[in-house]
Amino acid sequence: MPTLTIDDKQIEVPAGLTVIQACELAGVEIPRFCYHERLAIAGNCRMCLVEMEKAPKPIASCAMPVNEGMVIKTNTPLVKKAREGVMEFLLLNHPLDCPICDQGGECDLQDQAMAYGGDSSRSLEMRRAVPEKYMGPLIKTEMTRCIHCTRCVRFAEDVAGVEAIGAINRGENMEITTLEQAVASELSANVIDLCPVGALTSAPYAFNARPWELRKTESIDVLDAVGSNIRIDARGAEVLRVLPRLHDDINEEWLGDKARYACDGLKKQRLDKPYVRKNGKLVPASWDEALAAAAGALKAAKGTEIAALAGDLADMESVFALKTLFDRLGSPNLDCRPEGNTLSTAQGRAGYLFNTTIAGIEQADAILLIGTNPRWEAPLLNARIRKRWLKGGVKIAVIGEAFELTYPYTHLGTTPQAIKDAAAFFVGASKPMVVLGQAAFQRSDSEALVSAAQHLPVQREGWNGYNVLHTAAGRVGALDIGFVPGAGGAATREILAKAAAGAMKVVYLLGADEMDTAKLKDAFVIYQGHHGDAGADVADVILPGAAYTEKDATYVNTEGRAQRALMAVPPPGEAKEDWKIIRALSGLVGSALPFDTAEQLRTQLPLVGALDTVTPAAPFTPLLHAAALSDTPFVYPIQNYYRTDVISRVSKTMAECTKAVLPSLQPKAA
Amino acid sequence: MTSFIFTPENLSRAGRIVAKYPSGRQASAALPLLDIAQRQNGGWLSKDAIQYLADYLSMPLMRLYEVASFYTMFNLKPVGKHLVQLCRTTPCWLRGSDEVAKACKSELHIGLGETTPDNGFTLMEVECLGACVNAPVVQINDDYYEDLSADSVVSILRALKEGKTPPKGSQTGRQFSAPVAA
Amino acid sequence: MLNPKDRIFTNLYGQDDWGLEGAKRRGIWDNTKALLEKGRDTIITEIKDSGLRGRGGAGFSAGMKWSFMPKEVKDRPHYLVVNADESEPGTCKDRDILRHDPHRLLEGCLVAAFAMQAATVFIYIRGEFYNEASNVQVAIDQAYAAGLIGKNACGSGYDLDIVLHRGAGAYICGEETALMESLEGRKGQPRLKPPFPAGVGLYGCPTTINNVETIAVTPEILRRGPAWFAALGRPNNTGTKIFCISGHVNNPCNVEEEMGIPLKELIEKHAGGVRGGWDNLLAIIPGGSSVPLLPKEICDTVLMDFDSLRAVQSGLGTAGIIVMDKSTDIVAAIARLSHFYKHESCGQCTPCREGTGWMWRMMERLAVGNAEVSEIDTLLQVTKQIEGHTICALGDAAAWPIQGLMRHFRFEVERRIHDAKQKAA
Repeated sequence: MPTLTIDDKQIEVPAGLTVIQACELAGVEIPRFCYHERLAIAGNCRMCLVEMEKAPKPIASCAMPVNEGMVIKTNTPLVKKAREGVMEFLLLNHPLDCPICDQGGECDLQDQAMAYGGDSSRSLEMRRAVPEKYMGPLIKTEMTRCIHCTRCVRFAEDVAGVEAIGAINRGENMEITTLEQAVASELSANVIDLCPVGALTSAPYAFNARPWELRKTESIDVLDAVGSNIRIDARGAEVLRVLPRLHDDINEEWLGDKARYACDGLKKQRLDKPYVRKNGKLVPASWDEALAAAAGALKAAKGTEIAALAGDLADMESVFALKTLFDRLGSPNLDCRPEGNTLSTAQGRAGYLFNTTIAGIEQADAILLIGTNPRWEAPLLNARIRKRWLKGGVKIAVIGEAFELTYPYTHLGTTPQAIKDAAAFFVGASKPMVVLGQAAFQRSDSEALVSAAQHLPVQREGWNGYNVLHTAAGRVGALDIGFVPGAGGAATREILAKAAAGAMKVVYLLGADEMDTAKLKDAFVIYQGHHGDAGADVADVILPGAAYTEKDATYVNTEGRAQRALMAVPPPGEAKEDWKIIRALSGLVGSALPFDTAEQLRTQLPLVGALDTVTPAAPFTPLLHAAALSDTPFVYPIQNYYRTDVISRVSKTMAECTKAVLPSLQPKAA
Repeated sequence: MTSFIFTPENLSRAGRIVAKYPSGRQASAALPLLDIAQRQNGGWLSKDAIQYLADYLSMPLMRLYEVASFYTMFNLKPVGKHLVQLCRTTPCWLRGSDEVAKACKSELHIGLGETTPDNGFTLMEVECLGACVNAPVVQINDDYYEDLSADSVVSILRALKEGKTPPKGSQTGRQFSAPVAA
Repeated sequence: MLNPKDRIFTNLYGQDDWGLEGAKRRGIWDNTKALLEKGRDTIITEIKDSGLRGRGGAGFSAGMKWSFMPKEVKDRPHYLVVNADESEPGTCKDRDILRHDPHRLLEGCLVAAFAMQAATVFIYIRGEFYNEASNVQVAIDQAYAAGLIGKNACGSGYDLDIVLHRGAGAYICGEETALMESLEGRKGQPRLKPPFPAGVGLYGCPTTINNVETIAVTPEILRRGPAWFAALGRPNNTGTKIFCISGHVNNPCNVEEEMGIPLKELIEKHAGGVRGGWDNLLAIIPGGSSVPLLPKEICDTVLMDFDSLRAVQSGLGTAGIIVMDKSTDIVAAIARLSHFYKHESCGQCTPCREGTGWMWRMMERLAVGNAEVSEIDTLLQVTKQIEGHTICALGDAAAWPIQGLMRHFRFEVERRIHDAKQKAA
């Protein structure tokens, strides 16, 4: 651990740091534009120059490795002049756009010019203007503002793995460009956060607000099962934008494009008042009317004749409330897998979690992906695999369709029969991983496939390499609660079949829209949710609930990590918090649930470990299943990354992305 | 499939060039191959040609396009049959490059950066060509013409117009970089 | 004054055959095996002792640079890269070596590569030198065919490959790390140092980059002994040098002379003197455009070597001597150089990318007096903001000519501003 002196104070720092990182630990602020902890070092902005003893000229602190005994000075006249000089050069050709530039108020150039720059411009020369570039519907460009830090180039190349952004020409003619193509990556909009100036800004959010107007709420994304940490910026009752929040073990500093931009879908197709179907038509009703109708239907049916399906975005609190209610109503017909997959909870949590954890991927030395397209199912998890690959020393293989994943891999085969080569693939690996996607659980041979996967040598002392990659944010929490068929109960397929046959009288859909709703036409459907999608279409009663931005709620991500999302804006119109709707309903069916406040409910929630922790699950005994593996190809759950749930399906921005980016986003055969 | 592909001869040239570099380092052949493609394509690199080479070298198009746009000798727009590159840096300027440039403009009736209507000549200003003791110097395609005057450069242009091959090097009979009286 | 028997470059003007036969006649490839048999350590010591300083502009001890290479070849091969990207305005000496004495360079490649255990030499030649590159390639082919390089080079048991690689028009590729970037198939944007090329260089392997002239003189030093080379020139500035004399002289030319020769003698003896006589001299840039100019008074007595020129706030650089007589518009001359640096800036780092353009535009205005006198100091401050703050030396090189101009000809710049104001009034 080398010791160095910074501004006359000695500090010992871990080995392998650069001077700028050591300064950060010493609490000394160093201005910078091109440096970013998670990107390769560029050292080109020159704003981080500091004095180093024995060096003939100032050094770039972002690139200089720390050595024992170094003496660094950051507060001398030379350093001050150097910073002013660099700042003057940065502002030389930078347009005076602040009043009309969206970056204002959260602009590194503004902040550092105020703190470290001179007070006036001395240049009398004409400024250059740069033509706009097309980067896709999400990224608005004003390239005249670009200061050529190349963060966007490095992000696209290294983190996103698409060589979509480049710097062409030479000298003062250098221009950042995409050669007029949309940036074909699920992570493209992160360059907006990275751009230190207003060259790359958010197109959907353009000219909407100033950052100081916004109320910022820390929350959790639910549009996939990664549980990315987000910050919801709202003004009044409107969510204006969603940004990533730092979490080193999940999304680091990034966020998927869908998680960012589907939020305009929160304003459309909202169920903002209760509805009741009369004479075949849904008509608005009061809460009393709607709840009475629902309660009436539930009371009139036997326990075995009612069923509940929990949808992909259902929060733990409401799922728990619904299970408690249905237990009391004597119904074992519960399922949290509305698409009908067969993932079992029989082996305990280790059988359905991403046990290695997302951060754990960085230690793997062999990764086998089966029936998953992680690039679309969990872009930030895929980015972690790519990050691992960049470091070297890992081999990756795929069984299933050969998608372009942003890293090279061995394609063992298209069908599960290729798993016979998996054992050979894992030879020599000390930290092997297998990942099963949801497509693996929607096959006739799923049990055989899961059994084969569970017999792979991926579980060791202190390392569990068996992983299930979920796509639904509410799934793991619902599985933890046990929202699956009880003794003698029907799973989704049977529920739908029985409903179509008239044997299932009442079906409660808790935000469930991903199943074949045609089969529910003759049943009495109670739809509780926030968007008018497939489920609401066939509903007899609609109970309007809150979207994820409109309630405090708990979600468990694919790693088994429970996190709390916080309410950023109130639900629209008469919509209510979901667990409360069920609590109210329970009173009307004569079985009031044993909790009246969220705190009371949460004491009963079966959370494993504290919030934001991952508790390793007890190892399972591998499933034994001798049936043959079929040679049918996998059917993947996501055909369009931008439209996967009720919110993203009505988002105008997601529609634009579908049109402009999806054709080149489609992972091609490698 | 790009509209530009190497001729069989160039394809085999390309293979020999790639083989000169360590295995896996075929990107090193980017500059030589861009040059060959440019020659085949009439003196300039279309986006198609760059895409073709990117595929050939297993490089992303963006990275190769960056390279093509960075170097002065790669022309991303069409140029005339004779690319007349006038050195404008101080050593040539001291020996009369302005007069040489003026003579070229008036002989060809075009300005700098322009091409004659028959596509015969493009005039371009370039920086130091590295033949300073034989200034002023002009490079036309691959060859240097040195110790120029307004008259001698016009003779050269006229010879080229007539399809002749004017003598390269010093136009005053000097022996390369030797002093005149030597 | 150089004694002809001490001359190294015996075919500078292409008077003899530049191919293998001519080279052999001139003593090249004569028992090169014996030179290699001195062994690596002796070779490096002899080059160090000769005092040979790099001829590409920086003047760093060649022997010391070679000694930075790892003593053993481990998991990464070693490389020698010859910098033939000659693009510094005023410089055209490597051109003559490449086209008229390529075998001298190739023999130098063998002994240098052997000393640093490089199995492959890359010669990076500027793209514009098409015909010169052609000669070098012919020489390489001849040398392979004759067993002088390739497997068991010269019967020494050492295997050596030499690969010629053409650039594509970028002065910045003469910077050693930008050269490596370009060789690897990327834009010629310099790398950050540390790490240094001897540790992490071409393809991430230990690499030494040397100028053509530096490498080309090494076999002769080993043949005649370091003491011979060290006796030429002055202490710490030893040996001979090819000087390029251009601009307002009667006989512009290249000439090999002893280091430390007085500038006046060099010009009068070999270049026919300044146009209109020595007293018609205005200023000289002694080492390629990147070094500050010297006014006549200093040119009267200064010696042409690294230390002497450094002492008068200039530099030997590449020894590209640009002579300007009294007819010269000195401000326009420097403004032209400013344009050169703006054109050649790679654009990577802020001060150079933005600053070279700003300096050129200010210089253009100053050349016609379209400015305020206070802008001279602004311009000088801008040069100081660039100098020392860039990734590579191009920023410094762009700053120095302007500093030289203002140091010695500020009065001329001010005069124009006054004249322009008077005219406007």
